[in-house]
Amino acid sequence: MTDTQYMAPQTLDEAVTAFAAGGEAARILAGGTDLLVQMGAGMVNPGVIVDVKKITELNSIEETADGGFVVGAAVAGAVLEEHPTFGKVWPGVLEGLNLIGSTQIQGRASLGGNLCNGSPAADGVPAMVAAGAVLTVQGPNGRRDIPVKDVPTGPGKTSLAPGEIAVCFTFPPRPAGSSDAYLRMIPRTEMDIAVVGVGVNLTMKDGVCTDASVGLGAVAPTVLLVEDAAKALIGSKLDAAALDAAAAACSAACNPIDDKRGTIAYRTKVAGVLLKRTAAIAAKRAAGV
Amino acid sequence: MSETTNKWIGQNTIRPDGAPKVTGSAAFAADTNMPGMIWGSVLRSPHAHARIKSIDTSKAEAHPGVKAVVTAADIVDFPVDTPFPLGIQDMRWMCRNVMAREKALFHGHPVAAVAATSEAIAAEACKLIEVDYEVLPHAIEIDDALAPDAPILHDFIEFEGKPSNIAGTLEHTKGDIEAGFAEADVIIERDFTTRPVHQGYIEPHACLVSVAADGKATIWSSSQGQFMVRAMTGLLTGIPQSDIRAIPAEIGGGFGGKTIVYLEPLATILSKKSGRPVKMVMTREEVMRASGPTSGSKSTIKIGAKKDGTITAAEGIYWLQAGGLPGSPIRGAVGCALAPYDIPNGRTFGYDVVSNRSKVAAYRAPGAPIGAFGIECVLDEIAEELGMDPLDLRLKNAAKEGTQAVHGPTYPLMGYVESLEAAKAHDHYKAPLGPNQGRGVASGFWFNAGGESSAQVNITEDGNVVVTTGHPDIGGSRAGIANICAELLGIDYRRVSVLIGDTATIGFSNLTGGSRVLFASSIVVTESTNNVIGTLCALAAKIWDIDPEAVIWEDGEARPAGANAGQFPPLTLEELAARANESGGPIGAGAQINTTGAEGGFGTHICDVEVDPELGTVQVLRYTVLQDVGRAVHPSYVEGQMQGGAVQAIGWALNEEYIYNKNGHVDNPGFLDYRMPVASDMPMIDTHIIEIPNPKHPQGVRGVGEVPLVPGLAAVRNAIHDAVGVRFNDLPMSPPVVLDALDMAEAAE
Amino acid sequence: MAKLHISTTINGEPTEYLCAPDETMLDVLRNGLGLTGSKEGCGSGDCGACSITMDGRLVCACLVLAAEAEGSEIETIEGMADGEALHPLQQKFLEMAALQCGICTPGMLVAAKSLLEQNPNPTETEVRYWLAGNLCRCTGYDKIIRAVMDTAAEMRGAA
Repeated sequence: MTDTQYMAPQTLDEAVTAFAAGGEAARILAGGTDLLVQMGAGMVNPGVIVDVKKITELNSIEETADGGFVVGAAVAGAVLEEHPTFGKVWPGVLEGLNLIGSTQIQGRASLGGNLCNGSPAADGVPAMVAAGAVLTVQGPNGRRDIPVKDVPTGPGKTSLAPGEIAVCFTFPPRPAGSSDAYLRMIPRTEMDIAVVGVGVNLTMKDGVCTDASVGLGAVAPTVLLVEDAAKALIGSKLDAAALDAAAAACSAACNPIDDKRGTIAYRTKVAGVLLKRTAAIAAKRAAGV
Repeated sequence: MSETTNKWIGQNTIRPDGAPKVTGSAAFAADTNMPGMIWGSVLRSPHAHARIKSIDTSKAEAHPGVKAVVTAADIVDFPVDTPFPLGIQDMRWMCRNVMAREKALFHGHPVAAVAATSEAIAAEACKLIEVDYEVLPHAIEIDDALAPDAPILHDFIEFEGKPSNIAGTLEHTKGDIEAGFAEADVIIERDFTTRPVHQGYIEPHACLVSVAADGKATIWSSSQGQFMVRAMTGLLTGIPQSDIRAIPAEIGGGFGGKTIVYLEPLATILSKKSGRPVKMVMTREEVMRASGPTSGSKSTIKIGAKKDGTITAAEGIYWLQAGGLPGSPIRGAVGCALAPYDIPNGRTFGYDVVSNRSKVAAYRAPGAPIGAFGIECVLDEIAEELGMDPLDLRLKNAAKEGTQAVHGPTYPLMGYVESLEAAKAHDHYKAPLGPNQGRGVASGFWFNAGGESSAQVNITEDGNVVVTTGHPDIGGSRAGIANICAELLGIDYRRVSVLIGDTATIGFSNLTGGSRVLFASSIVVTESTNNVIGTLCALAAKIWDIDPEAVIWEDGEARPAGANAGQFPPLTLEELAARANESGGPIGAGAQINTTGAEGGFGTHICDVEVDPELGTVQVLRYTVLQDVGRAVHPSYVEGQMQGGAVQAIGWALNEEYIYNKNGHVDNPGFLDYRMPVASDMPMIDTHIIEIPNPKHPQGVRGVGEVPLVPGLAAVRNAIHDAVGVRFNDLPMSPPVVLDALDMAEAAE
Repeated sequence: MAKLHISTTINGEPTEYLCAPDETMLDVLRNGLGLTGSKEGCGSGDCGACSITMDGRLVCACLVLAAEAEGSEIETIEGMADGEALHPLQQKFLEMAALQCGICTPGMLVAAKSLLEQNPNPTETEVRYWLAGNLCRCTGYDKIIRAVMDTAAEMRGAA
């Protein structure tokens, strides 16, 4: 613990160099709401902490000409909430991020940190998976893009190569009539880790769902993209049969564990329940857009 | 004292310790520092049950920065064959709880402690201590501790002639329950379980101890009793009590969990050995693993009643976890369970069961919530069976003045019936309910306590008042005491300063617990203040050269008692204080009394919930606490006790529980997964204060603080039954449990 | 391991300190700077007793590295009153008995102040959800919520 170093580089190149040089014992610091907890619990003892909050690209929010967004990986939830348009276009992604922890946590926690921490229950991830968001990373071997759905590889693990740093998330433009939503099941009303988390992104046209995507969290070693659920919704009017089928697809996709937060049976059932509720909210929002 | 003309009693005055607490300057134990201070850290058992064969601390002692090490060898031994009671504790268990002796009895049990120049070094050095453990099988749950092949924790504990994990029993009986059941038209018998829950105080245990070169120790600690700290530390270290000064810091919550010591004896020995002040602060994880959550329990309740609702017999058998050493609160369970009821035939029986979890500490009406839970649940079922309103069933059998309770005493005047009638009449009870919503009621009782208290009331030279009392203030008692003193003297409340003395500056005062602080301290403050008034009147009499009997005290002044006494203008408190040397000395008085006259407290709760039938989540929509408090000296702080206790009960009922893994370790030792209610979980908690003054107390006070936890478990459970038609007999009623039961109920239809 | 030299502003005062790279802001406030008003209830961001604001943002001091405060403006409970003049929230907490043991109170006040700066007219639900990260075990939250809402109304009236 006494050997830890801290640095706050101004450029991404400096960060990549320092992070790679630090090897396995290096850690990226954005909001710190996972890293400091793990340090305090003795689970990790970083050799070098690379604070990325001074790097412009990781901390900016840009609306692109085509209607997409590029969100820096270290942008805090509370900051993202203050952006004039992001939350109007991606309310589900925003609400996922801003359900993490408390107001104090949301003042610091970021999409990048939440994703790269690799918790299967990460609140920020299911809606990003449903959004089709793409993560740009930069490492010693250069820059590359990874679809968010391909980032988590197991509890606490990601597909980022050693030395790669999350830089920004690109959210694609969508046609009019699109919106998203995120719901989670927790025992209390706040402050809990999700027992099940569902993100639904869809496009409605004249009452018919023309596109959909479903991300499911906390029910498997990684967040899942449930294509069968999306298929059940697409082309339907989100009637009871379509929702039941999508719910069943979510339950079928579950591969959860029994732990102190929920049982296999409970998670499997609730995945279906939440799918219906989340899809309804996304549809209502889509109709208003 | 006139009830209708009270100026301060019954007023929501600003508490004397308020400004420091809202500005962050109030000194809690972890806020105190001393020059030269070093830090202590505890090495804890990694095993749930193990024999300790040897401990080698040499590497830790040699580590740079380490100034002292302590093991059980430094703690006074209290042999297991010689009981040594101290209050409700026994030093045989205390000495083994602060540091493991022969065995580590739970995961997290202290095995050694180190003091070093930084927290980090102390923690590192702990890892260098080599302990040779013989790991033993462990048993945590009651059933596992009672199984025929259960590991026996203590070979000196026997039950019915055999080594056992049953460390004790307690029984109350009244009448003939077999005959009573024979008379019943309906009998309901049910089994219940509750999980261990933690008091949940936000401030971890902390202390700073400085032992001078002459061996005299000064202790600042977060505790519910500085005299308990002095006594336990003295007994465990061998230092005479007169050489220990225990100073109570402001305390960040206790709820009973800080009525014993954990760190103080260790820090004292470390300080003595190192010659430096030693600070020790528990982490949240240490608090959850190694302090004293209350018992988990099993119980079987059987109640019989006639068609008209008269209870003919009631029986409760309880099994409570004690933790690794004896002493679960079976007294509270078996004593309080049937206390609200006038029953001709009753029996309660409790078993104290040791098992490999941390030793239980008191938690707000210890044992009583467990005792009441099953009773209040079965009463609900009987009411339904008989087609009676659940409050009417309780009214039919309510204890009153003159009732002889199953646990023994005959009640004086008290307000249980009033709490039921007020509940029936309350708007809450009539409010309409929507789909998936339900309403439940339950009642409860706590013994309350009197006990020793000391106070000093001194008049300052400028005619104001300093009151010193002996009990840490955990709920606003200083404000209540100031109200009483100001009322008696007839002066502005702001002229009264109330302080809490330490063991050197105030006489012996028993724990802050048992709902006794305002009750007991107001008795000694009243006596002291009345003596001060006597002195003031005598001084005025001397000045006027009249008989002291001819002087009265009113509105802050001495006055001639009547026209016959003489035409003297009144002498104010300030004027008399300025002339104190004419009276023969400073104007002040103290009292030290083992107070008596505390009578039990009764309350009734109404709870509304809404259940999400697809998720199993339960939302508390509305909650009302109705309680006889005797006299609300400071109504806001009385309400605060009622509200706080109710919310703890809701947490216990819905989401709080200790989860153990297969190695016997607590799996949720933090606020993330030990789920206490947060602000967004709760509605406003309405309170209805009933005042049936306690005839044995100068201001009519009854203990308030503990009763509010007792009825809540069943109130929530009965509300859920009303909402969804399922009776839960096991707590907590967490969402997976609720959903599972709803699914099973649906499948059964 | 060398300590870092950090220059920051705390409660409006330029402040410098030395800290280890892995020391938290809470450690430095309490042990380095004698600002013990922020409390440690859990050390893991689950109780809010250590709430401070950093550049106007409500955060848990136990989850901020002291090193991160370089160039920042930190506000703690100690900066809430103006000399003898209590902030309206502090005064209201006293008047409405919105504290019992007082250990959660500094964090609760810092969090409530932050809320009213963002939203001067919060509903009861908004207050409860904003304060969900501030645990209280004594009060059951009732009087705290009432005090915050009453203060909000008073401050709107005075504005």
